[in-house]
Amino acid sequence: MSDPVVVQAALTDHLPVLQVIVPLLAAPVCVIFKERRASRALAIAASWLCLYISVSLLGTVLDHGAISYALGGWAAPYGIEYRVDVVNAYVLVIVSAVAAVVMPFGRSEEGLDVDPSRVHLYYAALLLCLCGLLGMAVTGDAFNIFVFLEISSLASYTLIATGKGRRALRAAYSYLVMGTIGGTFYLIGIGLLYQVTGTLNIGDLAVRLEPVMQSREVVVAFAFLVVGLGIKLALFPLHQWLPNAYTYAPAKVSAFLAATATKVGVYVLLRVLFGIFGVAFVFGQLELHKLLVPLSLAAMFIGSIAAIAQTNIKRLLAYSSIAQIGYMTLGIAMANVSGLTGGIVHLFNHAMMKGGLFLVVACVVARTGSARIEDMAGLGKQMPVTMAAFVVGGLSLIGVPATVGFVSKWYLVQGALQRGWNWAAVLILLSSLLAVVYVWRVLEVVYFRDRPAGAPDVTEVGAAMRIPTWILIGASVVFGLQANLTVGVAEKAALVLLGGAG
Amino acid sequence: MTASDAILLALACPLIGAVLVGLVGAFTPEDPETGGNDNREGVTLAAAAATFAVVLGLLPVVADGSRPELLLMEVLPGIPMLFRIEPLGMLYALVASGLWIPTSLYAFGYMRGHHETNQTRFFVCFALAIFAALGIAFAGNLFTLFLFYEVLTFSTYPLVTHSGTPEAVKAGRVYLGVLVFTSVTLLLLGIVTTWHLTGTMEFMPGGILEPAGVSGRTAMGLLGLFAFGTGKAALMPFHRWLPNAMVAPTPVSALLHAVAVVKAGVFTILKVVVYIFGIDFLADTGASQWLCWAAAFTLLSSSVVALTKDNLKARLAYSTISQLAYIVLGAALATGAGALGGGMHIAMHAVGKITLFFCAGSIIVFAHKTEISTMDGLGRRMPITMGAFFIGALSIIGLPPMGGSWSKWYLALGAAEADQIAFTFVLMISSLLSIGYLMPVVARAFFLPPKPWTDAHGHEHPAQTERAEAPWLVTGPLVATAVGCVLLFFYAPELRELLLPMLDTAAATAEVVR
Repeated sequence: MSDPVVVQAALTDHLPVLQVIVPLLAAPVCVIFKERRASRALAIAASWLCLYISVSLLGTVLDHGAISYALGGWAAPYGIEYRVDVVNAYVLVIVSAVAAVVMPFGRSEEGLDVDPSRVHLYYAALLLCLCGLLGMAVTGDAFNIFVFLEISSLASYTLIATGKGRRALRAAYSYLVMGTIGGTFYLIGIGLLYQVTGTLNIGDLAVRLEPVMQSREVVVAFAFLVVGLGIKLALFPLHQWLPNAYTYAPAKVSAFLAATATKVGVYVLLRVLFGIFGVAFVFGQLELHKLLVPLSLAAMFIGSIAAIAQTNIKRLLAYSSIAQIGYMTLGIAMANVSGLTGGIVHLFNHAMMKGGLFLVVACVVARTGSARIEDMAGLGKQMPVTMAAFVVGGLSLIGVPATVGFVSKWYLVQGALQRGWNWAAVLILLSSLLAVVYVWRVLEVVYFRDRPAGAPDVTEVGAAMRIPTWILIGASVVFGLQANLTVGVAEKAALVLLGGAG
Repeated sequence: MTASDAILLALACPLIGAVLVGLVGAFTPEDPETGGNDNREGVTLAAAAATFAVVLGLLPVVADGSRPELLLMEVLPGIPMLFRIEPLGMLYALVASGLWIPTSLYAFGYMRGHHETNQTRFFVCFALAIFAALGIAFAGNLFTLFLFYEVLTFSTYPLVTHSGTPEAVKAGRVYLGVLVFTSVTLLLLGIVTTWHLTGTMEFMPGGILEPAGVSGRTAMGLLGLFAFGTGKAALMPFHRWLPNAMVAPTPVSALLHAVAVVKAGVFTILKVVVYIFGIDFLADTGASQWLCWAAAFTLLSSSVVALTKDNLKARLAYSTISQLAYIVLGAALATGAGALGGGMHIAMHAVGKITLFFCAGSIIVFAHKTEISTMDGLGRRMPITMGAFFIGALSIIGLPPMGGSWSKWYLALGAAEADQIAFTFVLMISSLLSIGYLMPVVARAFFLPPKPWTDAHGHEHPAQTERAEAPWLVTGPLVATAVGCVLLFFYAPELRELLLPMLDTAAATAEVVR
């Protein structure tokens, strides 16, 4: 009965669904364990398994083309289809890679800011959030996206609320309100599309929308979808929830969410724009770029300027994220191969550098107990290795060559020139200068000021925190010097999206 | 060992040197009083000697007309990290690595004499800066050049802010602000535009723009992006970082802000003009005419500013800005002789100016003087230092028998070739101005009697006559570079032979050879 080859073949066929099931099952087991070491070990094991699954999926997709998986054997368009192509395989790798690095960060409850008796619940929520994000990426069904969107959102409200102090609760609450509005808008959009076409499958939607593109319902549905997703991915000016959520969440959660949550939002936007509606409708007929370009530029500049003004390092990084999301949406708005490649590769690149920087902050908070920039004074001498990681991550944010930030910028500028938007090319480069200002403000405090009077001396963090931090920070240099892999995949993804193959 | 391996080795020597200096500095004790550490200093010196030896070994290969190259890796699809040595890069690499040796010796004496702290960080960053300079020198395409250009910016920032005082931090802001602003906006935009227009970024003899059908107007704009984007060339109005960088310890001012960093700037402009635009293309289209005037303006006005500075290092800094503009002018003239003169001036000015900075540092540490007005009679107290200063000053002015006279000769010739006699006059006036700002220092030192003076802290000092000559670690290097100024006068034909092939296209070579 149990021929190992058959079992293995069967498991390989089911990889798309295992991608979601592994964290989904691991979460309740954590709750059952009720023990912090065991649940931590399980969460790490589950996230590593997820990474393995996503990497093999990406390998399969690159070699053999898109995979279609019918959930429960019910064929699309009646059943739910999990459809993996280069675009979402790439996003799955980003999300699971960040999870696999962030999950082991810090020994047991170190750096978690969580009541030790609740650590198992914390890991359960983290796994559910991971499950939701992976599900959004893997599924080929528009309604199924909504389901996973809610799973990930509810889990992240919980995670943010575990942060210390009442402000975390308020941040979680306002995120909940905004997130629910976003989710509802998305649902309304899907509902309208279902009304018009009678299908929820993304590939099927694209086909059936073709003859009814001109109808008002479709345009309204489009508007609801874009605004709903705009909230989820913190597109300016719908970003208000983000700074508080990232600031008051436990540092490790901030690192995970900053590196993954908005990225998946951007992915779903990509799917909706290019997979469901298509370039001709979105940019030809509706001219979305006339809206998206000013908003992206505003995000880049206002986000960066706001970052300069911050006194809390987590809030600074949060505003920087808003600016960086502007780069991604700008790349989308260009709707040419270079621009889209730049936007897509920035999903990965930003995940590495921002995840790494938030982990650096988690190290600092674990030692000093404060996320105020002022309290980082003199850390250059006392935590030299951790602060060196901040320098590298900061240079990457600026987009210095040999870092991932440069790779994204290179393609975005090129996309702008190809589109004939020379002014946008100049603005992209100018906005990266603002990053110099906010990064250097922190570095001057870290390296040129002495420890505040009366502040206790701090020591360097241990390996359990240092290694994950340096993996992400190191990745932001390695993939800046060897960008063939990431750019190659992003370029393929851009071609898939522009080709309308979905 | 093939020439490709030698390129890798030349880059590896300062990089590994930096790592070793850091390790040795961390694990062996410093002298508590002077901050020196003989083991660490030994590593620096070994790295400097090894680097120069490897670079020198490449010279005959390049002089024989081959262009050794090394494709390290493909960074982005179609955009490799590529090194290829051509004559101009060879010269710049020789200058940067060769002068690293005397500067290291000088730095040991200076840093100890000044009781500087954090000397390990200082020497690590110094080695990294040389690594970046060699990367720039050997870069085979614009991307590689830009990469190392930025490495140079960020590796020298800790050197500029070395003292950590509020003044240094403020100067660091200006330094980084100007250099990063210009490179990230203008230079990078120029590079991406070049890639967008031509589909290549490689340096090619004769340039890549003309074959790609780029119009003269576009080329003019593009040249603006490159000329102003290369902030390290200190073309006005982006020159402010250089006087600000003078807060750094003097060895930094000497090697980096008279040689490696600023020459990286003018080298970039010269290389881009010769190998991206092509001299003939610029001459035919007249796209660089405006740059001649911009360079002439910088050249003259910074000379005038230098006249007004009483602080010796500030005066030398403005002199550097002026001399850099000579090289930009040489490139912008778009004639063979102009480019040749510019190339030679990279070497001539480097050796002359480093001598002057060595002397300035020696005066600061061992006579405790920074202002020129307090240096009366200093020649009797520091005869070796002031003698070397005199020789360096003659070379900067461009008088025989100093190296500087040759590069100015070719620059003037270049202006004549281009039928632009106006610029020959500009060069002459500037030479007169440089006599005006350099010779008074020498004259005061040797011909005026010492007088009472007030130092920066407001302390009154009587007229001093006792000897204050620096120890041999400081005087040795400055005598060596002063001798170098004289030697370069006699080695000018060799330099010319080395550089001539960069002109490549027959017409440009004929201009010079005739």
